[in-house]
Amino acid sequence: MEWVLNALGLAKSAELLSLSPPGWGMNLLRGLSKSLQIAIGAFGFGLVIGLFGAYGKLYGGPVIRDLLAIYTTVVRAVPELVLILILYFVGTDLINQAAEALGYGRVEISGVAAGIWVLGVVQGAYSTEILRGAILAVPQGQIEAARAFGMPPVMLMRRVTIPAMMSFAIPGLANLWLIATKDTALLAVVGFSELTLETRQAASSTRAYFTFFLAAGALYLIVTLLSGVFFQRLERWARRGQPSIRGASR
Amino acid sequence: MTTAQQATPQAGAATDASGSLVIEDLHKSFGDLEVLKGVSLTAKRGDVIAIIGGSGSGKSTMLRCINFLETPTSGRIVIGGEEIRMRPDGSAADRKQLERVRTRLAMVFQSFNLWTHRTLLENVIEVPVHVLRVPRAQAIEKARSLLKRVGLEEKENTYPLFLSGGQQQRAAIARALAVDPAVMLFDEPTSALDPELVGEVLNVMRDLAAEGRTMLVVTHEMNFAREVADHVVYLYQGRIEEQGPPSQIFGNPQSERLKQFLKSIN
Repeated sequence: MEWVLNALGLAKSAELLSLSPPGWGMNLLRGLSKSLQIAIGAFGFGLVIGLFGAYGKLYGGPVIRDLLAIYTTVVRAVPELVLILILYFVGTDLINQAAEALGYGRVEISGVAAGIWVLGVVQGAYSTEILRGAILAVPQGQIEAARAFGMPPVMLMRRVTIPAMMSFAIPGLANLWLIATKDTALLAVVGFSELTLETRQAASSTRAYFTFFLAAGALYLIVTLLSGVFFQRLERWARRGQPSIRGASR
Repeated sequence: MTTAQQATPQAGAATDASGSLVIEDLHKSFGDLEVLKGVSLTAKRGDVIAIIGGSGSGKSTMLRCINFLETPTSGRIVIGGEEIRMRPDGSAADRKQLERVRTRLAMVFQSFNLWTHRTLLENVIEVPVHVLRVPRAQAIEKARSLLKRVGLEEKENTYPLFLSGGQQQRAAIARALAVDPAVMLFDEPTSALDPELVGEVLNVMRDLAAEGRTMLVVTHEMNFAREVADHVVYLYQGRIEEQGPPSQIFGNPQSERLKQFLKSIN
């Protein structure tokens, strides 16, 4: 093993990436774990916003529809980096002002919570549109059948609309999840030590930029590949009732 | 002769109201277009009423107004002695009441409308388990016997889209029977089927008629209407043009339009 690394001139890199202290491997993994926590939280938060947003846009009154249109338009129009700066500073500022008004003094805001809030708001706008499209793709007759048999609205949503729209929503949601994992890197600008910031610190301390950024790239790639496998399975499950479009050739 | 006459109740009135249906002066407009111009109809328990008419005559709209899939513009609908309370604009005034009444009306659709993400068995137990709160084991047992009855006992774990149209429609009938409906509504149940699959669905429906179910059937199958229905209603442009026993409607039609209609489909 060692001689292979030596022969390839990678012994130095292996040392730098080692998980135990002089190496920086553990820092990168810690950054990755933070990134994933935020991505999962923001994706989930975005899904909740998206579900309400989609229903609001489809069935809400004019005021709700207009507000949601403003939300999705603004969030999708402004560059994410700018939005993150705005939401981060506005969000923390508002919380602090509220805390001070209530006499608690300044509060320490958890980086993970702030990250989830900021990215979740961004993700919610995209989720809203993905889920709205998926709900519209559900054959109207299936919803009508549920109504005709006396299903109340919330049960109808839970038992019919959501499971039936899954197969239409998953490809778009898989995209959104991958964007969430990579958008966590933007949180580096507000000093949050996710994978990209950890990588930059390791790189500038050791001057081994190439090694560390390549390693970070590999970690992002692994996340993407594993996500791909997961979403493929999920999609196959969601499409269980639909014959393959490839017909007999499967 | 164009009269929107009241449905004549048939002889031998049943005392039990549970399977009865009364529609009174039903109107329905889509914008400026008046699709139903005052239709009245009475079905007693066990009646099989066939509703025939050309395209655009309002027959499907009428059926869909009965369970408020379309909101009537005005009129009265009474199912099993219970009137569906309406607001002045025709919409149902009491959602809970409407949902309760709907569970006693089972609808079979032209395009089946089975839930494609659920197997046949899951489709059949869905409403009993979740809406009517029947214990799951009991619902499954009943669903199996219903699937057997429509000849699909082998297919309970199959998803609908893997089956033929005739099989899907028979499963949809099993789903409808699972709620023990007081009245069954059939909206052109064989119109989306290949000709060779129509018979299997009609046979199941014949069976249901024979066991005394109250059925309203919008259909293009004149042989079915002639052989199975107790009463045939011919709709023309949103009004009942003529109605009566099948022997009269098919054997001795009075109105010119009905004569024309019967000629055009034969």
